[in-house]
Amino acid sequence: MNALLLELWPLIWIVFKVICIVAPLLLVVAYLTLAERKVIGYIQRRLGPNRVGILGILQPIADGLKLLFKEWVIPTKSSKFLFIIAPILSLVPALLMWAVVPFTQEWVLANIDAGVLFILSMASLGVYGILLAGWASNSKYAFFGAMRACAQMISYEIAMGFALIGVLMVSGSMNLKTIVMHQAGGVSHWFVWPLFPMFMVYWISAIAETNRAPFDVAEGESEIVAGFHVEYSGMGFALFFLAEYANMIIVSALAVLMFFGGWLSPFEGFKLFSGAAVPGIIWFVLKVFLFLFSYLWFRATLPRYRYDQIMRLGWKILIPIAIGWIVIIGAMIQFNWIEV
Amino acid sequence: MATQEDQKALLKKWFICWTLAEIRSGLHLTLLQLVRPSVTLRFPKEQTPRSRRYRGALALRRYPNGEERCIACKLCEAVCPALAITIEAAPSASGQRQTTRFDIDAFKCVHCGLCEEACPVDSIVLTREVHYHFDRRGDNILTKEALLATGDRYEAQLAQDRDDEEDYR
Repeated sequence: MNALLLELWPLIWIVFKVICIVAPLLLVVAYLTLAERKVIGYIQRRLGPNRVGILGILQPIADGLKLLFKEWVIPTKSSKFLFIIAPILSLVPALLMWAVVPFTQEWVLANIDAGVLFILSMASLGVYGILLAGWASNSKYAFFGAMRACAQMISYEIAMGFALIGVLMVSGSMNLKTIVMHQAGGVSHWFVWPLFPMFMVYWISAIAETNRAPFDVAEGESEIVAGFHVEYSGMGFALFFLAEYANMIIVSALAVLMFFGGWLSPFEGFKLFSGAAVPGIIWFVLKVFLFLFSYLWFRATLPRYRYDQIMRLGWKILIPIAIGWIVIIGAMIQFNWIEV
Repeated sequence: MATQEDQKALLKKWFICWTLAEIRSGLHLTLLQLVRPSVTLRFPKEQTPRSRRYRGALALRRYPNGEERCIACKLCEAVCPALAITIEAAPSASGQRQTTRFDIDAFKCVHCGLCEEACPVDSIVLTREVHYHFDRRGDNILTKEALLATGDRYEAQLAQDRDDEEDYR
């Protein structure tokens, strides 16, 4: 018995760590929906939800319970197996990506050397969930939404990948921990400065990649109802919702790790306040929240792009900028303008 | 052949485009709105302020001694553009003209306030009240009793409003 436990111990330990990552993550996802409604409400000078609990603090729980108890309607002419598996397929990659994210120097589930590659591949897998959902629903709106989402996600993945290549060139590693450690030494050492155009390309394509406003043609409430998940109700819909927000969080976390020094304090090396006393996880979470706020802020500000405009922006502007800057980075490294 | 002005305009356009100037100004605007106070009223607790001249629910008023103001002159009935008012009159016990029937069809009434303007004795008035409803078919015919009851309920407010408006009437 004892020997068995000892043998299984690493597995149990990993499962425990997984729970430690996924449970707070789902909590953040839930409260991100509330934050979204609140922030957009305040920007439109409304109050946002404030009836359930103090300041609406229990609203996500009420929403979750409602969705749990709703019937999951499966359209008669849908492809049932795919219809059921699609939301799972879109949520699981969004959660899987967290496996390689280093929260602090010690807190990382899988410190693999191909971390960035793993994240990019998982991000691409997310497309399948959306494509299958749109196709399996057997509804023209869902199909339209899925087609738009796929075209958009595939196009912007290229720009996003190129933007991250800049980071890989400068840090010389695909290991997220090494990338962050390369940015040690305060705010001036962060990759966002030498790679500012790359950061802009990354962030714009990250918003497009997660199908959020102003690039939310895939969902496009006013045009195609709800896009790929029109036919979903109850928990199926909830899973897509979770996937969208989990994707937002992982993309923000990636931006922080790649360009904003991850868990490192921005005041490193400052005499007055170095921020060393503050745990790294706090800095990490603060930076991620800043990016999440910008998601909501953009949604409340910008009108939706037209479909062809999105394609033009992706292919004709972001990708050329990214490729051009890769060349410039190469030159900078060659002539020792930036330290590698 | 592009002139120098054209080139300048093009340069300016490019500058605005590539520095995301328009998006930044939009973001700035929304950020300012974020910190400004909300304009939402929590309805049952808070209500939008209504004017003293607000034309809400109909009512009939009494004199402070409890006597009905209405003298059955039927001016309101005559002026009503929607023909919502029906009045029948007879001498009262004290020998005054008084209404025996004073019905207003709330479904016909357009709340124009002409009856209030026509009334020589300030009897028929429109209160500020907007939250009223009918439960049963036929309740939309506001009888004399119902109108007087409404008037009694809001008398303090009505008298105050008319005092405040005295200079403009």
